[in-house]
Amino acid sequence: MATDTVGLVNGRLANNLDGAFPDLVRNLQHGVYSGVLRMVPSAADAEDVTQETFIRAYRALSEYEPARIRELNLRGWIWTIALNLCRNAARTRSRRPRTVELVRDAFDTAPGPDALAIEEADLDYWSQMLAKLPPAQRRAVVLRHVVGLTYDEIAVATRRPPGTVKADVHRGIKKLKEVLA
Amino acid sequence: MIEETLAGLATTAPETVEPQVLLATGHADGYVTQRGPTGNMFVAFNPRGISFVDLGDDAAAFEAYFVELFDRPVFRVTRLPARLAGALERALATNRLGNLSIDWSGMSEFQQTVLRKTAQILPGEVRPYSWIAKEIGNPGAVRAVGTALARNPVPVVVPCHRVVRNDGHLGNYFHGTKVKRAILEAEGLDVAALESLATRGIKLTGSDTTNIFCNPTCRDARRTTPKHTVEFRDEAQARAAGYRPCKHCRPEVAA
Repeated sequence: MATDTVGLVNGRLANNLDGAFPDLVRNLQHGVYSGVLRMVPSAADAEDVTQETFIRAYRALSEYEPARIRELNLRGWIWTIALNLCRNAARTRSRRPRTVELVRDAFDTAPGPDALAIEEADLDYWSQMLAKLPPAQRRAVVLRHVVGLTYDEIAVATRRPPGTVKADVHRGIKKLKEVLA
Repeated sequence: MIEETLAGLATTAPETVEPQVLLATGHADGYVTQRGPTGNMFVAFNPRGISFVDLGDDAAAFEAYFVELFDRPVFRVTRLPARLAGALERALATNRLGNLSIDWSGMSEFQQTVLRKTAQILPGEVRPYSWIAKEIGNPGAVRAVGTALARNPVPVVVPCHRVVRNDGHLGNYFHGTKVKRAILEAEGLDVAALESLATRGIKLTGSDTTNIFCNPTCRDARRTTPKHTVEFRDEAQARAAGYRPCKHCRPEVAA
């Protein structure tokens, strides 16, 4: 999504957290999921991490002063939470027990077995390719090119200087090209 | 180009992510269906507690109605959170709210007070609107009590069907008087007998062995055999006959 739309959400979050939070989830969930999917062992882990990212984001935001929310680099900040959870997911693979479980019949977008198989194969292939990169480069490449974050946002997310992030992306892409050649 | 291939890896989150997040953060409610007093019952909840109860079988209609009323999404879940499930079961079995959490957030202080008082009426018994008004120390607020009960978001759980018109007739219910009658009968109330009293203008009954008068559906009144039952039109008539009010159902406040 476009950065200026995020900026708009930022102001709305500061003024009315509960009113704006559902839109934040709606707007950022696909980017977070797309990136997380390339950093955790399975699609189920990616779903869990994505959910937990937004739940933790909400808890943190409800403690923040409006001024602090207004100044947040929102996507970068959300990704600091997501990256932490990705590290934990890889380490423990423990799934967070949910208090409620949705009746899934109500959601009809579940892919058929063929689509699922293709998706899994694709996931495995790209996970293997990306796994050949050092973690910092992999994170930077995924956040820049799969998720579409700016270098500044990635710098916030990874707590590294923008210059270093830029270098990581370039080195990562170069290495992927060699691997795929 | 590798960059374009990577951009093509962007996908959409599973449809369940958004509902799960909204449920966990209190921006949407979950609901289950379970057996109610006259068939199927929908029970909605959020982190604050039970938020809405409705009778019926049409889940789509229930969801649409919920969104209209509360302006937030509602999603069907497999079961209630454990802490609510246990408390709801106990509340329905014991007819006490006990430690059951109710989402009072959309209700005025007055409506909460009315509903908490209503929750104390035992199954098989009914009380008039005026009784609630006087019990909560606001005897002039009979109409407001009626409004508060008509807007009870958690019927059955808070048994607003046990509150009847001041003349003893059943009065309105959100699913119609028919449903109100069916629920009361299922609870063991003799509705025909109650209506017969109402038609004859009888608001109180007493026992000539104890000289105590009661609301006609009070547990103690129902123990009195027909031979010893005395009927009164109002409190003054009962007092004049030398009767005192029952300490359990406190009918003097209803007269």
